[in-house]
Amino acid sequence: MSQAIMQSIKDYIMGEFLPGEDPAELTPTTPLISGGILDSIATLKLVMFVEETYGVNFEPHEVDKENFDTLDAIVTLLRSKISTVAP
Amino acid sequence: MNAPGGLHRYFTERARAAGSSTAAIEPGQGSITYAQLDHLSDRVRDRLVACGVQRGDRVGIYLPKSIDALAVMYGALKAGAAYVPVDAGAPSARCAYILQDCKVRVAFVDAAHAEKFDAEARPLGELPVVVTVAPAAGGQGVRGALDQADRIAEAPPAATVASRPSDLAYILYTSGSTGKPKGVMLSHDNAVSFVDWCSEVFEPTPSDRFSSHAPLHFDLSILDVHVCLKHGATLVLISDDLGKDALRLAQLIAGERITIWYSAPSILALLAQFGQLKRHDHRSLRHVLFAGEVFAVKHLRSLCEQWPGPRYFNLYGPTETNVCTYHEVVPPVPEDRTKPYPIGRVCSHLRSRVLDEHGADVPRGSEGELCIAGRGVMKGYWGLEEQTARGFHRDAEGTPWYRTGDVVVEDETGCYTYLGRRDRMVKRRGYRVELGEIEVGLYRHPRIREAAVVATTDADGGVAIHAFLSSREPKHPSLIEMKRFAAEQLPLYMLPDRYVWLDALPKTSTDKVDYQRLKGMT
Repeated sequence: MSQAIMQSIKDYIMGEFLPGEDPAELTPTTPLISGGILDSIATLKLVMFVEETYGVNFEPHEVDKENFDTLDAIVTLLRSKISTVAP
Repeated sequence: MNAPGGLHRYFTERARAAGSSTAAIEPGQGSITYAQLDHLSDRVRDRLVACGVQRGDRVGIYLPKSIDALAVMYGALKAGAAYVPVDAGAPSARCAYILQDCKVRVAFVDAAHAEKFDAEARPLGELPVVVTVAPAAGGQGVRGALDQADRIAEAPPAATVASRPSDLAYILYTSGSTGKPKGVMLSHDNAVSFVDWCSEVFEPTPSDRFSSHAPLHFDLSILDVHVCLKHGATLVLISDDLGKDALRLAQLIAGERITIWYSAPSILALLAQFGQLKRHDHRSLRHVLFAGEVFAVKHLRSLCEQWPGPRYFNLYGPTETNVCTYHEVVPPVPEDRTKPYPIGRVCSHLRSRVLDEHGADVPRGSEGELCIAGRGVMKGYWGLEEQTARGFHRDAEGTPWYRTGDVVVEDETGCYTYLGRRDRMVKRRGYRVELGEIEVGLYRHPRIREAAVVATTDADGGVAIHAFLSSREPKHPSLIEMKRFAAEQLPLYMLPDRYVWLDALPKTSTDKVDYQRLKGMT
C-alpha cells in the first residue's frame, strides 16, 4: 500500500511543482521543503491534496518541515493516520 | 527629536515606569518583563563596551527572532552602536558578507551558525568578536553567553549612551542590483520620527498585543518592536517557521489575543485562503496593517469578510524611508472592485513630490517617480557613496529627496496610486528583490553558462520569477538540482518559480541579453 501512496503523492508533486522533470530525479529522500522544491503555498496545496485523497486531517502542528520534507516522511505520517482511522 | 537620548530611551523609560509588565513573549516557550529585558540589555551593553564597542560602531545580530535578539538590539543601542540584524535562515555566506561589509565589532551568533559563520567570514577580513548564543527561550541564551564571558573576565558596568539624532541606530541590508546586498543606514532621528508618527496614527496602549511577524532584518520589524515597546504593550514574537503556516498562525492570533497585526500581504492572503479563520475567535484584533507589496483585492476582500472587526491600513514605503504613505481601507471591499487600493497620502513627518526623469515636477494626474524628503529618510548606503548620491534628487535649496524608483500617479485628493517600477527591482512577499542578485546566485552553478531572470505579474498582482538559463554541457542540470542549488545560494523569497533552458539566451544588437524577448517567452 505504501508504494501506491508514494506513487500517487509523487505524481501530484511532479505534475504540480516539477513539470517536465525526469521522475527518476525525485526520490523518496529528496528534500522537498529544505531543498527549495516546495514553498509555503505549495506545501499547503500538497497537504490539501493528501487530506482530500486519503480522507485524513492533519493537525496544524503536524504540517511542518519534519513531516513533509521527503516522500518517505509524508508516507510515514500518512500511514500512521490511516491506521488510526481504519476500523 | 521627542526622545532625547535616542530610540532606546523610549524603552528604558517604559521599563522604569512599568517594569513588571510583559515586554515580549515567545509563544509556548518563554516571556520577559520590561524590567528584565532592561536588565539583560544593560548586561549586553556592558559586555559590548568591555569588548571595545564605542559610539558609532556596529553590532551584528545573527540570531533567530527571539528575546535574545531583542536584548542584543537594545544592548547595542545603549552602547551607542548601530545594530545590524541578518536573516538567520539565509545562506551563511550572505550573512557573513553583510556583517563583514559594515565591519561589525561584535556579532552575537547562534550556536547553529557559529562554525559556518567563522568559515565564511574569515576570508573576508578580520573577524569580529563572536559571542556564541546557545538556543534557549526567555532570554536565557544571551544570559548564558554573558555569564560564561563574565566567568572569564567580568564586564564592568557601563553607562547608557545618550545618542544624538544623527547617530546610526541600525543598518538593514536589502537586495542589491550588483548581486551583493546593500546596507541602508538609518539614524535615531529616522527611527524616532517614524515611531512617533505610528503613535499618532495607531494610538497604541499598554493593553495592546503586537504581532512580530516580520523578521528583524526586515523594516516592518521597526514598527513591531519599537512602537510596541515605546507604549508598554506586549510583543508576540512569531518564529519564521510558524510565520509561514496559515493554520497555526490563525490559532496563535486567537490564543495570544493579538490586537495589532502587521505583515506583508502575502501571509494575510494565505490566512484568508487556508487559515480556516472562522474556527477561531479573532475579535481582539483592532488594527490590521500591511505593507511591502500589492495586496490582491480578492484576498483582501475575503479577509475583510472573515475579519469584519479591525481597521485596515495599507502602508507603503521603501526601507530607505520606512513607511512614507498610508491609506485606510474601509470594508467591505466592493464585489466589483479589482483594482488594488492606492498607497495613500504622505505621512505627516515627511514630504513628497512626483518627478519626471529630468527631475521636474509632473502635474497632478501624470505619472512620475515618487520622491520623499524629511526626518524619516535614510542617511545613505553603507560604503556606497556613488549609489547614495544616485539615490537622491537635490532641489535648488539642496534638500535631498529620496528617489523611491516607484512610479505613481497622484489624484486630486493628494492620494498616490502605485503603477510600477523604473528598474529591475520587484517586491515579493514584501521583500525587495533585485533580479540581478538572483542572476549572480544562479551563475555560481558550475554548469551554468548564462543566466537571465525576468519577473511577471500574475492575475492576483503577485510576482512570478522566471529564470532563463543555458548550460555549458549538452545535458543541463535537472530542475530539482537547480531548485536545491538556488535554495543554498539565495534567500527563499528570491527563488525562481520557473526554470527555462535555452541553447543560448537571445541578445540585442549590442550583444546584451534581450530581456524584452525573454519577457515575451514567459
